[in-house]
Amino acid sequence: MSAPDLAASGLAGHVRASLMLSRRWHTAEALFWVGAIAAAFLFPRQLLLMNEIAILALFALSLDLILGYAGIVSLGHAAFLGMGAYSAGLVALHIASDPLLGLFVGMAASGLLGLVTSPLVLKGNDLTRLMVTLGVGLLMLELANALSFITGGADGLQGIMMGKLFGHFEFDLFGRTAYAYSLGVLFVLFVLARRIVHSPFGLSLRAIRDNPLRATASGVPRNWRLAAVYTLSAAYAGAAGALLAQTTQFVSLDVLDFHRSADVMLVLIIGGAGYLYGGLIGSIAFKFLQDFISGFTPQYWQFWIGLFLVLFVLGGREMIHGGIKAVLARLRALKPGKRP
Amino acid sequence: MSAVLETRALVKQFGGITATDRISFSLERGARHALIGPNGAGKTTFVNLLTGVLRPTSGVVMLGGADITTLSREARVRLGLVRTFQINQLFATMTPLEMIAAVTSERLGLGASSFSRLDASATLVTETADILARFRLDDIMDETIATLPYGKQRQIEIAAAFAAKPSVLLLDEPAAGVPEAERRELLDTVAALPADVSVLLIEHDMDIVFRFATRITVLVNGQVLADGAPDAIARDPAVRTAYLGEAAHG
Repeated sequence: MSAPDLAASGLAGHVRASLMLSRRWHTAEALFWVGAIAAAFLFPRQLLLMNEIAILALFALSLDLILGYAGIVSLGHAAFLGMGAYSAGLVALHIASDPLLGLFVGMAASGLLGLVTSPLVLKGNDLTRLMVTLGVGLLMLELANALSFITGGADGLQGIMMGKLFGHFEFDLFGRTAYAYSLGVLFVLFVLARRIVHSPFGLSLRAIRDNPLRATASGVPRNWRLAAVYTLSAAYAGAAGALLAQTTQFVSLDVLDFHRSADVMLVLIIGGAGYLYGGLIGSIAFKFLQDFISGFTPQYWQFWIGLFLVLFVLGGREMIHGGIKAVLARLRALKPGKRP
Repeated sequence: MSAVLETRALVKQFGGITATDRISFSLERGARHALIGPNGAGKTTFVNLLTGVLRPTSGVVMLGGADITTLSREARVRLGLVRTFQINQLFATMTPLEMIAAVTSERLGLGASSFSRLDASATLVTETADILARFRLDDIMDETIATLPYGKQRQIEIAAAFAAKPSVLLLDEPAAGVPEAERRELLDTVAALPADVSVLLIEHDMDIVFRFATRITVLVNGQVLADGAPDAIARDPAVRTAYLGEAAHG
């Protein structure tokens, strides 16, 4: 009797270890965040660029939650970025200049917009989702244009004055506070996202992404789960928008422009979807590429980005991501296994 | 009366076509029941009506004495009515361990909890391990499902359904497409399902049907043509002419 019991308990131990393994922090992850902090001291002249990267990374992380983990494609994610940016900007202009209040309101407003529009992405295939999200993005852009008495229309929201962060740290010209603030928010929301994707809820999202039919046949209420993650993703995009408004102290229609939605998709494709770091790595690559190319050909940088995208998607992606996976596998093999 | 799953005068019409015509069917508790019929007999429509993919034009579906006719698919699963698919429907990027854990966590009602840890639930861990052991998946539990041989994937298809703790399990052609060499293990798996699970087997292969079933229902043209013990069905002249044809003589 005891032999099968023993085997079963050993098996249970392995099951527990396997379920734990996926959520355990890896050394490379710690290095990544230490690097992000160290960068502030190593490149004190590049803080404004690094702030932009951190915000783009948060925006891409938000897209990764729906694309990488739930399989929802979107070409209108700027709708939520813009909602967060305008909400945070309006809070600073009319209510209070505290950045955290604006951040919270921006996330809440975008989350609400995500919740309300989520029924639109529950049905249909990738193509209908692309079209529906694109449509929502265009609607939001024109709405912001038309409601100029609130948004300032084509002139944008001007004269935003941000208060001190935590009542202590003033937003300076060099972007010191801005980068620390954006990186801090990115990190906190990243840790939260990491926790969520490794929860039972996160596993059920992967189930829906892999096979909606089987997920439903396993008792997963597909629509509720997708609406929940869409709302969460919208709130994350809203946070990115709020950071953008607060650290640049300006909001214009550009935050709702189609190129924002396209760029963030590009970022996630470069970095790879479905492992949370894709958006972060992709945003670094994208911004440096943009910075580098526009350095020698300011007018035609999109040509080179376009060429890069075509080549990358046609073949380079497998090579780069395959390379990353191989390195990770090596690193994992170096560690002594914890198999019972 | 110990019917665990029952339909009464179930009708489904698509436009002018009647796909199922007043089917009254009952599945006894602990049954090993087969549903057979030629192509176009209405088996798929009937299964879709049972599982909630389709709503009947008229008639009633009862599970454990309760009317479930209007319940959603996932609500029926939570009540214990679970199916497998003729074509594998798996979480292909997961490992068998993850897939079984995903189904189990949903059954335990954990699926909506976004902040707890998967490995924190002792019940989830032990039940996942039990199912991996029962279906002999423990040697491949850490491989990606998409890379496994077809026969193994077929085992996972059944194991995943079993992980939802069915009181009624609908097996839709479980051995379809499985190569001869791996077929035996799969049929053993089906035969080893615990007695308290009532099984309805939808199958074309008469060898499997007669080996496995203690009761057979024959559907032809959307109607129940015959219903009874295997030897009675095999002798039934109406069944022989309408369905078994030369297979019965062969």
